[in-house]
Amino acid sequence: MMDISDDVLRDLHRRMVRIRQFEEGAGKLAEQAKLPGFLHLYVGEEAVAAGACAALTDEDQITSTHRGHGHLVAKGGDFRRMMAELMGRATGYCKGKGGSMHISDLSLGMLGANGIVGAGTPIAVGAAFANRYRDNGKVALAFFGDGATNIGAFHEAANMACALHLPIVFMCENNGYGEFTPREKTMAITDVVDRAAGYGMPGVIVDGMDAVAVYEAAVEAVARARAGDGPTMIEAKTYRYYNHHGVQNMGVQYRTDDEIEAWKKRDPISGLEARMAELGVMSADDATAVWAEVEAELGDAVQFAEDSPFPEPEALLSDVYTVMEGAAR
Amino acid sequence: MTATETAVGEKSYVEAVSGTIAQLMREDDDIFVAGEDVGAFGGVFSTFLGLHAEFGDRRVVDTPISEQAIVGLGIGAAVTGLRPIVDLMFMDFVLVAMDQLANQAAKLKYMFGGEATMPLTITTTGGAGLSAAAQHSQSLEAILCHIPGLKVVFPSNAYDMKGLLVSCVREDNPTVVVKNKLLLGTSCPVPDDLYAIPLGVADVVKEGRDVTIVAVGRMVNEALVAAEKLAADGIECEIVDPRTLQPFDTDTVVASAKKTNRIVVVHEAVQFGGIGAEMTAQITEGAFDYLDAPIHRIGAPFAPVPFSPALEQHYVPNAAKIEAGVRQVLGR
Ligand SMILES: Cc1ncc(C[n+]2csc(CCOP(=O)(O)OP(=O)(O)O)c2C)c(N)n1
Ligand SMILES: [Mg+2]
Repeated sequence: MMDISDDVLRDLHRRMVRIRQFEEGAGKLAEQAKLPGFLHLYVGEEAVAAGACAALTDEDQITSTHRGHGHLVAKGGDFRRMMAELMGRATGYCKGKGGSMHISDLSLGMLGANGIVGAGTPIAVGAAFANRYRDNGKVALAFFGDGATNIGAFHEAANMACALHLPIVFMCENNGYGEFTPREKTMAITDVVDRAAGYGMPGVIVDGMDAVAVYEAAVEAVARARAGDGPTMIEAKTYRYYNHHGVQNMGVQYRTDDEIEAWKKRDPISGLEARMAELGVMSADDATAVWAEVEAELGDAVQFAEDSPFPEPEALLSDVYTVMEGAAR
Repeated sequence: MTATETAVGEKSYVEAVSGTIAQLMREDDDIFVAGEDVGAFGGVFSTFLGLHAEFGDRRVVDTPISEQAIVGLGIGAAVTGLRPIVDLMFMDFVLVAMDQLANQAAKLKYMFGGEATMPLTITTTGGAGLSAAAQHSQSLEAILCHIPGLKVVFPSNAYDMKGLLVSCVREDNPTVVVKNKLLLGTSCPVPDDLYAIPLGVADVVKEGRDVTIVAVGRMVNEALVAAEKLAADGIECEIVDPRTLQPFDTDTVVASAKKTNRIVVVHEAVQFGGIGAEMTAQITEGAFDYLDAPIHRIGAPFAPVPFSPALEQHYVPNAAKIEAGVRQVLGR
């Protein structure tokens, strides 16, 4: 085990609390019918995004999934612009054009949530290629679900990254389900990471409910990538507390209450708080202060979003293309 | 009720899919269903509800998230004698499976000199209006219609859904059944027994003498709303629903054009290169001398589907745009 500094522990904690509060806040707004469209919440999986992004620099890139808010928050996303985007406002990250499923911040190296399962992984390969091409020392990290490893795009990306020996980390969030179908029905292996060997990269399994474990694995994989030693795949075993999208279950029972409760007992945030209390790194009061600070940040963001204007109808036709100077049209 | 009459009940578009597939599956053991979440969950749009309970794992297959392999599964099973129904959850994902659809399913028969038959039905759900944004809202039927070898239907109501689905499943060619999200909950009287609506036959939904509105899918309902408003001003609209987009019923549409002399064509898909462009060309070729005004096309603007309701409401064509289009071709 590596030596984890107190600052790293505090950092992991804050990243997770920010994700949790943003997502719980978004869930509440969705229930009040204030958020249009689909909402895929990340609650329960915070340790994965937090651990992975804490191992990256601000300049490193990530690609994300339909469940992308947590990734952006972990990469340093601005609550105000995120919430405004979820509400379809002109002040949002995507000017209201993308919404939850396409939230992105290129300045933070967050190359977009994605509505197409698996589609982010080849894009991460491209970013990693550009990093090596420029020799800029940056690393790309692709987040994707267990279900996404069943799609061709993932396999092509994994193979190409290994064949080209690129500075990339494949970070699988195995939450046991693709939508409403359990993983066992859609693949004959238990550990998704078994796939890594087929492409010639090391595969590591970590407890996705433990931000420190994810962080340690990610630090090692990122270091490998940065050193020019090629891709690594990490499989984080995790769980989403809410439904595939939205908050409520959708009538059809596809997970047992016992299963959900068992995972909640291993909650990544309370787990880390207990550990930090034991280590004397964070008192209960310190923890409460972090939650309160983030709550204030969220309240401000919701207010900002609600006060923000909707995009003007003319915005419909802009941003389809980059306008080329001197072009006929 | 006599022996030739069948019971008719109000059914939803969703039930017209699930119920009809169940009836077809009872008749023919070669029919199976495969797709993401189509098993116990019944499909994310509930269009496969009840099938798994009745037919079990053998005939209702939950697949991995593997659109290429889902269509490939259908192709391989069809060319070896089964009659698969495979689902691509959102129409946007058709693009993920495009090689299997366009290079394989559509062309095998021709490339093999006629040797193969491909009794494959692909169902998919398209359309905007739910703030599902650019990758979950598209209407891509024109792309499919451009591929020789595929047949494409787009039912605008539950009755047509049942009859067209029956024809598609019984077809020995690959067919794509386009469902529309906002039509899923709509209902109308639908006979209980199986019946077939032949592919390539349009439906004159409403007769009228002043103008023809050729409307695709959900736009038929919008056209009906527009027609009612226009009727208050004494404007009588004829509404033609092609129902099948490939093959296209040129005769019915051209006959209507010759009767009313003025045409509005409307679909939800992007206007540029949309199926309306093909319709416009066919009407011009078949009824040029009869037209009293340029054909008016209505479709979505040339942009991806936006997320914000504030933008999406201006994106999707609707009754108001159809009404304005009709007034324009009539000059009143
Ligand atoms: C190509 C494609 N197929 C299907 C879908 C519909 N869909 C959205 S999320 C999802 C499940 C993804 O599962 P996983 O990769 O495990 O991610 P999780 O939702 O569990 O985080 C599916 C099937 C999609 N968006 N894109
Ligand atoms: Mg999953």
